[in-house]
Amino acid sequence: MPLLNVTDLRTWFHTRSGIYRAVDGISFHVERGETLGIVGESGSGKSVTCYSIMGLVPQPPGRIEGGAAIFDGVDLLACSQRQARTIRGKRVAMIFQDPMTSLNPYLRISAQLVEPLLIHEKISRRAALGRAVAMLEEVGINDAARRIDFYPHEFSGGMRQRVMIAMALITQPELLIADEPTTALDVTVQAQILELIRRMQRELGMAVIFITHDLGVVSGLCDRVQVMYAGRIVETADTRAIFHSPQHPYTRALQRSIPAMQPKGAELFTIPGMPPDLSRPVIGCAFAPRCGYAAERCRVETPGLAELTPTHGHACLRVQAGDLTFS
Amino acid sequence: MADPILELTDVRTHFPVHSGFVMRRETGSVKAVDGVTLSVERGEVLGLVGESGCGKSTLARTIMQLVPATSGTVVLNGRNLATCSPDEILGARRAMQMVFQDPYASLNPRLTVHATLAEPLRVHRLRRPEDVDARVTELMELVGLAPRFRRKYPHEFSGGQRQRIAIARALALEPKVIIADEPVSALDVSIQAQILNLLSQLRREMDLSLIFIAHDLSVVKHISDRIAVMYLGKIVELGPAVDVIERPRHPYTRALVSAIPTADPDVERTRQRIVLAGDPPSPLHPPEGCPFHPRCAYALEKCKAAVPPLIADTPGRVVACVRLDEI
Repeated sequence: MPLLNVTDLRTWFHTRSGIYRAVDGISFHVERGETLGIVGESGSGKSVTCYSIMGLVPQPPGRIEGGAAIFDGVDLLACSQRQARTIRGKRVAMIFQDPMTSLNPYLRISAQLVEPLLIHEKISRRAALGRAVAMLEEVGINDAARRIDFYPHEFSGGMRQRVMIAMALITQPELLIADEPTTALDVTVQAQILELIRRMQRELGMAVIFITHDLGVVSGLCDRVQVMYAGRIVETADTRAIFHSPQHPYTRALQRSIPAMQPKGAELFTIPGMPPDLSRPVIGCAFAPRCGYAAERCRVETPGLAELTPTHGHACLRVQAGDLTFS
Repeated sequence: MADPILELTDVRTHFPVHSGFVMRRETGSVKAVDGVTLSVERGEVLGLVGESGCGKSTLARTIMQLVPATSGTVVLNGRNLATCSPDEILGARRAMQMVFQDPYASLNPRLTVHATLAEPLRVHRLRRPEDVDARVTELMELVGLAPRFRRKYPHEFSGGQRQRIAIARALALEPKVIIADEPVSALDVSIQAQILNLLSQLRREMDLSLIFIAHDLSVVKHISDRIAVMYLGKIVELGPAVDVIERPRHPYTRALVSAIPTADPDVERTRQRIVLAGDPPSPLHPPEGCPFHPRCAYALEKCKAAVPPLIADTPGRVVACVRLDEI
């Protein structure tokens, strides 16, 4: 049984300008100890997916319209608040893109680090502080016993992200959701943070959901990848298959638009147009208006996720029908 | 070198640091740019890379005369900007234009596209009032925006389109040099490719010189002819783009290059990465000698003794490392 099983999740935002279908019927699962990458451009629904699981969608205007997120036998979307609180923050933890806005600037990091322990475990403040110092050392902050009394602004961006990670991991979660944790960082610091996440994952044996728009980051870190577009999953496969034999035209287009994958100075491949306006119902395949392979039926029929192999699924009608093949 | 449009000689930009409230006095200085010498040829794209805080944006602002240089000279088209009269500076500004990272912040939200593009024409009296309309149309077409959108406001456009408006505004004065400070960092991959293509195309068609600042090395390699690598206010390596990225010589460039994740899972899983320890040192208290020595794996005693000069390496390449021949 997978650690987390999400089925037909739909999270919509009811705004004055219409119903914005940010996540519209997605299903996926995460096994214990594995790393799942969720890739997509801004507005594709990757963050909202995770916010829904964590109960962080602002309601209103957001509303979870349907679906289930079963974590170890408990449906996080349907269970009582009380039961959800024993899981969120303890067994499922989350880190965010911007460590400055997700740490409280008025509190010393010691107070912020012990908070999850004091809430979720029967532990004295003193023992909790001891664990917090040990955790800070674990994530590579030297002189932790002294620096634990610092305020967030006294750390650099990379160090703050380490504090965030320490805070998320202090309860030894089984699942870590990382929402673009390295996007705001320099490449050299990004390499440090990715290495840290990899090491902590090995030590704690936890599963990781890694949200990013950077295919490069995914390739070294994730076991499986799913690509999202306009609130739906368009392709899911193990990492090698996504990179070596992508089946969905969007996945292919995304890969081809990275400068590193193309000869220097050549005209870069671009995807024409823009993602659809999600406040109107999308008819047919959401990518069809920008797809070079779109046929008549792509604009009418909504594709489902079909399995090419048991581990590789994609939502392209033409590839499914066999009248379009990619090598 | 044949025909440089822009020449910098030993440019330094230091910001004084004050402390004390009653007895306010100067206690030090941040050496944001500390002795940069480089030239940009006509029609050349010079990439400028480095971590945040290395001084690349300050260098751009110093070239633009937006912050005064502490010492050194900036020569544009044979004219030393430091000794120019304010009138001449205005003329020089016409020849140099800047495109900023955040197209949300760099466009006036209260001005329509038309007003944004017409303003520089009016300020510099480049067109008679009756010809302004035609020029705005021309500029919008040049950057791939439909002229019928001229009465719209910035918030009605997507990020990529806003960046096109910013580029059109820079082109309005027919500059010789464009300084683009992280112009694609805030954009999604597919949009990023469109903007990169636009910049390459404009440069070809209008014989522009471009200083392209970014932290994403694969983007810089793609668009640049030469690349300069900055660390703590100094250039540590400068050479042909492909050489610098594929055969980096300075230990810092090597670490930087090895930190870029590649979009190939097989390569990514096997390669050795140089993970730099710690953050860049504070420019307020730069280390003695080579600025990189505290983080460098090859540092010796002599590296702490003196600031290494830029040494000529292979043709067209200079590297600031005293151990260049040994490592």
